[in-house]
Order: sequence, then C-alpha cells, then structure tokens
Amino acid sequence: MMKILKYVIYDVLRSKMIIAYTLFLFLLSSGLFWMNTDSGKTVVSLLHVILLVVPLISIVFGTIHYYNSREFTELLLAQPINRNKIFLGEYAGLSCSLAFALLAGMGVPVLISGSGEAAVYLVVVGILLTFIFTALAFLASVRSTDKARGIGTALLLWFYFAVLFDGIVLSILFYFNDYPLEKPVLFLTALNPVDLARVITLLKLDTSALMGYTGALYQKFFGSAWGISIAMLLLLLWLYVPLTWAKRIFFRKDL
Amino acid sequence: MIRIEGLDKSFGKLAVLKNINLSFERGQIISLIGPNGSGKTTLIKCILGLVMPDHGKIFFGDKNILGSWDYRSQIGYMPQIGRYPEQMQIQQIFSMMRDLRSTHHDVDEELIHSFQLPGIFKKRMGTLSGGTRQKVSASLSFLFNPDMMILDEPTAGLDPLSAEILKNKILKEKANNKLTLITSHNMSEVEELADRIIFIVDGDVKFFKTVGELKSETGENKLGKALAKITGS
Repeated sequence: MMKILKYVIYDVLRSKMIIAYTLFLFLLSSGLFWMNTDSGKTVVSLLHVILLVVPLISIVFGTIHYYNSREFTELLLAQPINRNKIFLGEYAGLSCSLAFALLAGMGVPVLISGSGEAAVYLVVVGILLTFIFTALAFLASVRSTDKARGIGTALLLWFYFAVLFDGIVLSILFYFNDYPLEKPVLFLTALNPVDLARVITLLKLDTSALMGYTGALYQKFFGSAWGISIAMLLLLLWLYVPLTWAKRIFFRKDL
Repeated sequence: MIRIEGLDKSFGKLAVLKNINLSFERGQIISLIGPNGSGKTTLIKCILGLVMPDHGKIFFGDKNILGSWDYRSQIGYMPQIGRYPEQMQIQQIFSMMRDLRSTHHDVDEELIHSFQLPGIFKKRMGTLSGGTRQKVSASLSFLFNPDMMILDEPTAGLDPLSAEILKNKILKEKANNKLTLITSHNMSEVEELADRIIFIVDGDVKFFKTVGELKSETGENKLGKALAKITGS
C-alpha cells in the first residue's frame, strides 16, 4: 500500500491543479493575515472560505482523479496486489497530497503570523475535511461507472453539505421556533461535517457572538473542551463510514 | 493450469458469459475469437479477477482464484488499451512495476530491447502514440517471466515489424512451456500462432478445438475459410 501511495502522490503533486490550489490558499491566507491585525477576525474570515473551498476542491478533484486513474487502477489490479490495498493506497495518496497542499498553502502563513491556537485548529479541521470529502468523492465514484454522473453526484453532495444544509437547518429553526429545538439541532449538526468543522473552530475561538446557534449550543451542552472532542469524534466517524463503504463496493466491483 | 467451471456473468439484464467450461494447459497458445461484444474481454477479466463472476469457479493450478491475488504473479496481462499515468516516463513505469511486484527472480527485458524502448526511455507516457504504448504494455506483460500471458488484441496498434517481433516472442515462450491466451480479429495471425481456438458468440463457447481438427473437419486449408464454413452452417 505504501508503494502505491508513493506513486499516486508523485503523480498528483505534479498536476497543475494542485499547484494552483496551494498558491490560492497561500495568497488568500497570507493576504488575510497581512491585512487584518485582529487574528480572531482573520481566522473567522478564513474559516468561511475554507469551509466552502476545501470540500469543493477535495470532492471534485477526488472524483476527477478517480476516473482519470481508472486505467492505472486496472493496471494495478492485474498485478498480484490485494484490492483493498489498491483502494486505500489510491485514497491515501490523493488525500495526503491535498492535505499537503493545505498544509503548505495555509499552514505556513498561520505559523509565520503566529496567530494562535484557533488558527492551528482551523488547519487541522481543514485537513480533516480534506480526508472526509476525498472519501465522499471516492464513494460517489465507485458507485457509478459513468464519469459525468460521478462528478454530478459529487457536486450535489458538496452543494448539500456546504450550502443547502444551512438553509434547511435555518428553516427548521424558523418554522418550529415555538418548540424546544436545542437537542434536535445538536443532532442535525452531527449530520454535516462542514458544520462540525465550523463548530470546532469557533469553540476554540471562544467568541460566542460569532458562534452562531449551533456553536453556542455545543458550548452550552458540552463546554468548549468536550464540545471540541465530541465534534472531532463525529468528524472521524464521517471519515470512517464513507471510506469503509466505498472500499466495500470497490472490493466487489467489476473493472 | 487453468480450469473454468460453469462460469456465468451478466451485466444488469445482459448475460455476457453463459456457463463457460474450459481448461488450458502449459505449452499451449490459445486464441479466443468471436465478434465484437461476444464476451472475450469479460472472460479474460474474469480470469484476472477484474470482473467478479456471478456463478462458477476458476482454478489456477489447484486454487480457486476468488478473493485471492497472489496467483497473478504468474500472469502477464496486456490490456486492449493500456493507459498509464501521463506524467511518468517510460523508464519510470518499468521501475515502478518492478517495485510494485517486488520480484525476486530474473526479469525478461528482451522485448524492451527488441522494441528499442531504451532509446525513448525519458519520454512521458502522455506524449506516446498508441502503438508505442502497446509496445510498453507488451514489454510489461513479459517482463516478470510469468507462466501465463494474457494478451488482448496485442498486435492491433502495432506496425508490421513490431507485430512480427511480438509474434516471435510469443512462439518462443511457447517453446519454454508457457501458456498464452490471446484474442485477435486477424485470422492469418491466429493461424500463425494458435494451436487451439475458442470461438465465442454472445457469451457461449461455440467450440474449443485444435487448428488441425478444424481444418480436417471442414476440409479447408486456410483457417479463415474453415471458420467461415463451420460458423456459416
């Protein structure tokens, strides 16, 4: 598996898209840190961009990569190598490359500006989102042999998690505001990794004014430390379930 | 060496392979022929474990191949269209495959040299023509001295000279007691190489005969005519 991972990383890191992605993140975060003096505000602005961009790039790039490397996968499958290792090698290679791009593009400015723990959490959460959405990308890809359909599914997933979900939660809050909604909303947040990532970073920032409804709820129910741990655990679950599901499909798949 | 028992496969409602029973031994060159979409490539992919059969078993030696992968170290596979990571150089592809197979025994680089690939070792895979890719695929399938070669339309994109090189190599490996399974639409090529022929139509094996049997049954000297006669009737 490590050997496959090595070759996938080698292949991905040479593509122009990943270089552009790294540069974009670097310019964005160093620009924001440079213009703002209040690092808390910077982290919040950065957070909003990261929560949109990282899932989008991970899921789209992941799907495209899966379909483009289909022949390479076939080549590997004809070798004496276990299928699970091929799948995990491809997944790890791609997600590690994307995580590396994030680390170089955003981690470096964060370290240089020395803007505190919340910014580091933002990087960590961004990396977790990278792994989660690459797993979702692989899940969307293994379920369909048609490239257009796979990418379409991936985009829909992103749209749902990054945009639509908030709207749904807001309308629930709006229509049912006569009822005690705290626990249902807490549960709803767990259904969206992007929301969990937001909650984690905002809890770390400890600026409740910016936390939004769900963030405040997490703090109220679990306190900052517990809230972060539980949200992290849920994020790991969001990584484990789609990845295992996709791996299971891949193992039985005709190629 | 390979035994296929009661193999069924369908994609959705379409039955691609119907109750296939075959067995191949070492030292044979077996040609798999049939119209487009008759299930040739699917059968090959079943042997390679790329496609999972619905029913039936495939044995490599004595072992059922289902869920196993180590038997593939004994198979060299040349796909119909071999595509590789575009950014990699030819040389890197070869060293990668060696690295991935972590082979201990000697490698067979004969084809690499007779195709004169070392001269273009630094070229990236993405810049190669279809024929050159075929050469890379062919060289790879023989590289690890496998006991069995599976070649899916190996000469389709090759120039006549290179096709000749490949055919000579196939015959040479036969003399080394290797098994070769080959698909082709070129009858004169099949006649030159194969000693047994599987004719498959709509996932059904119509016959599995030696070339000699075919010719004597039909009274024709040319394989193409013999086939036309036997399938026309």
